[in-house]
Amino acid sequence: MSNLVDQTDPRIPTDIAEASQWRLMWLKFKKHKLALISLYLVGFLYVLAAFAEFFQPFDPEVTSRRDVFHPPQMVQFLDRTEDGTRFRPHVLGTTLSRDPETLATSYERNPDEKIYISFLGKSEPYLLAGFIPMQRRLIAPTDPDERFYLLGGDRLGRDMLSRSIAGTRISMSIGLVGVAMSLFLGTLIGGMAGYLGGWFDSVSTRAIELILSMPTIPIWLGLSATIPANIDPLMRYFAITVILSLIGWTELARVVRGRFLALRTEDFVTAARLDGARPRRIVFRHIMPSLMSHIIASVSLAIPAMILAETSLSFLGLGLLPPSISWGVLLKEAQNIRSIAQAPWLFVPGFFVLIAVLALNFLGDGLRDAADPYAQDQ
Amino acid sequence: MTQQNLPADHPILEIKNLVTVFETRHGIFNAVDDVSLNLVPGETLCLVGESGSGKSVLSRSILQLVDRPGRIASGEILLHEAHPSSKTEQTRSLDLAKLEARSGVIRNIRGRDIGMIFQEPMSSLSPVHTIGSQITESLVLHEGLNKKAARDRVIEMLRRVEIPNPEKAIDQYPFEFSGGMRQRAMIAMALICNPKILIADEPTTALDVTIQAEILDLLNDLKKQNDMAILFITHDMGVVAEIADHVAVMRHGKVIENGNVQDVFDRPKHDYTKALLKSARDSQIPSPDRLAQRQVQPIGAPILEASNLRKEFYGKTGLLGMTQTTLVAVNDASFTLHEGETLGVVGESGSGKTTLARCIQRVHSIEAGQLHYTNRGGDRAEISQLNDAQLQPTWRDMRTVFQDPFASLNPRMSVSQIIGESLLLNGMTSPVDRRKRILELLDLVGLPSSALERYPHAFSGGQRQRISIARAIAPNPRIIIADEATSALDVSIRTQIMDLLQELQKELRLSYVFISHDLGLVRYFCDRVLVMFKGDIVESGDSETVCTQPTHDYTRALLSAVPITHPDQRGSRQRFRYENG
Repeated sequence: MSNLVDQTDPRIPTDIAEASQWRLMWLKFKKHKLALISLYLVGFLYVLAAFAEFFQPFDPEVTSRRDVFHPPQMVQFLDRTEDGTRFRPHVLGTTLSRDPETLATSYERNPDEKIYISFLGKSEPYLLAGFIPMQRRLIAPTDPDERFYLLGGDRLGRDMLSRSIAGTRISMSIGLVGVAMSLFLGTLIGGMAGYLGGWFDSVSTRAIELILSMPTIPIWLGLSATIPANIDPLMRYFAITVILSLIGWTELARVVRGRFLALRTEDFVTAARLDGARPRRIVFRHIMPSLMSHIIASVSLAIPAMILAETSLSFLGLGLLPPSISWGVLLKEAQNIRSIAQAPWLFVPGFFVLIAVLALNFLGDGLRDAADPYAQDQ
Repeated sequence: MTQQNLPADHPILEIKNLVTVFETRHGIFNAVDDVSLNLVPGETLCLVGESGSGKSVLSRSILQLVDRPGRIASGEILLHEAHPSSKTEQTRSLDLAKLEARSGVIRNIRGRDIGMIFQEPMSSLSPVHTIGSQITESLVLHEGLNKKAARDRVIEMLRRVEIPNPEKAIDQYPFEFSGGMRQRAMIAMALICNPKILIADEPTTALDVTIQAEILDLLNDLKKQNDMAILFITHDMGVVAEIADHVAVMRHGKVIENGNVQDVFDRPKHDYTKALLKSARDSQIPSPDRLAQRQVQPIGAPILEASNLRKEFYGKTGLLGMTQTTLVAVNDASFTLHEGETLGVVGESGSGKTTLARCIQRVHSIEAGQLHYTNRGGDRAEISQLNDAQLQPTWRDMRTVFQDPFASLNPRMSVSQIIGESLLLNGMTSPVDRRKRILELLDLVGLPSSALERYPHAFSGGQRQRISIARAIAPNPRIIIADEATSALDVSIRTQIMDLLQELQKELRLSYVFISHDLGLVRYFCDRVLVMFKGDIVESGDSETVCTQPTHDYTRALLSAVPITHPDQRGSRQRFRYENG
């Protein structure tokens, strides 16, 4: 009879019995289709950022006086010649003409001139990710001296596609680096506040409230104004991330503190204490794993905020400065009325920002829903 | 009332082959699987089953209250209405299973024809509306009464559910009511439109035993007065014995036994029903196993002595927390625990029994008093003022089994990690030794070795409690503090866990401090008992003596509220109420 009463419900499948929390989270995350798509998109953006040079058709710094504000060109896949039609991607060449009265420039399509594009074509040598010497790019003009502009050119004739891809590296990584720093500060301070309680909790909570009550944009502006203008671009990049994470850690600290407060009184934590675990072991072995998923979720929601912050600062001219390339720096070029009227493709980096932020937000939402795989769901 | 036109014994609600399914990521889950039941006016049908057996889903299906992704897949729920004017035995029937969940028809039936009481009186009443306005709501909706008339009806109803001073109570908010009063208000709300059917989903589970008894009496009276059909859902056979006319036992979504209460209690057919009945009967007698064991292995020397323990909690109230309030959770508690003995601590919620347990284990600090622990070597030491590091050896000998099997196991650690933690921290660093010991422990608590690498979510409540026990006995302790260790479990599993604890006591020579709100359980399981009331130990002594010749009024009240174990005993017990606030 004992077997009868204690037997498990035959209607419940047993295949998830040995699934760890990560597997359960993945099972739950997978149900969130939008988040899953976003995950792939975000992954793609980071691949783009890591191997930016390979994906750029041209060096983003190379100028071309003949191609100032060159409009985007369409790729033609089928090449029609006297010999017949065959698959050979190319763009049609353009000729620059200037109106004799208004001096306005305009580009005329020239169907006789074809610039062929080759897949994994040869280009001038470059260093992938700064240290791997390479000579091929994903797409390149078959004749290395020719240029094409899939997303148009800027005021110095630089390729916007290459520049946007180059901007991915700084813009996407500033989120990661900034969040990593806020993560460190946030978990440390939030965790101590939650676990220790007492005066440390009161002081840090008040400090967080103080920081959160201050308007962020003026603080960023003030802090970035103190960075010397002639400093090395790399140093400036780090200075900006530090400024962003100085405010970014507060939200994370709050989340961590709240979870700690909730978990500290859980029976399994008391059980660990009675098992003889020291405070450090309780925190890292017993409490932290329960927190990890929540931290990941709030991190993935903090990254887009960082990206937006960097973009706004650079747009206002107080963040990164040329020659660094970030989406914000690129968008600064689109500040004047002339670009709206004459070269709307200068807003392309804004589209990248939009995609990145939306994808990260959806991903964060999905992660947050999946973060607690033990919550009741049918 | 219209149902008097129905022929006697004619069911007012017929459930035929009902199937309610939930679509989960693992496929379709039949929560209610081909269930057929009848509700007859003036009779109570008790639906018994453990958690997850589908009894709540069944009751919600009747009112079309199943939340998505659940839905009624097939079957009929026929509500028979007698036509008020007809003298013949003609009835009109309506199939509730066919109705849309949001349709006007089912909304009219809810509250008017079928009333419902939920388990948790705390969350089923809105905290921001007065009791009166919440009860009036359904009167206004279903009968279109004006305010004055509705108010009079509500006051009358509150009087019938024995809420004292109903003229005042009608304008009070739920937070001003105690749990029992709230449940009475819930009942008043369900009955205000004179429904012909009342569905009560574990209405007394969240209440203390003494209040549970009162609510059951009230429901019984109301059933007779209104000639209502009651569908009463419970997991407690004692409650069934008290109020049922018919019993249906549910398991894994199916009704496995269905019949008259006398038949089911006297001639249970299914093994599962037998197990349920056995566990109910256990509360009437001391465990024969325990008595036999004490003959062979008498209770030894004192190992834990507490004298005048006092624990206070501080709170801050008033503006800016300037006023300090003190709550004395345990006041002047003295007792002795002997080797191989089981000491029960009984009291209702808020009596300080859990705090006492945490104090003797020194999870909490102690304000005053002494606590002496005698270890295996015979050294007697004062432990009331030690810090965590100094308490390590004591904690190895004194372990806990927690109440909630879901909160006490870290969901992110596998079973072997959970049980192995204390072994690892107490110096068993070799993984091979640890694994051997864990397998030994799993065997001891009756779990298969395949449990080793599984995570807690793969186990049922009873199995989790076995893991918890394995963790407790891992470092070879001498004292186990079981804090309501069985109260979150279904009755049938409860008996098994108790038997397991008893078995372990015999093999490992353990002493138990067994904390419970159930005096019947304590009588079965414990040698001696402490009765706690509001932080004080009001009575202590041999458990048989306390249960048969109580000296304190509060103990008498507790005893009188212990549910009976057979329908024949109905009315044999007089209710006591301990009013000393």
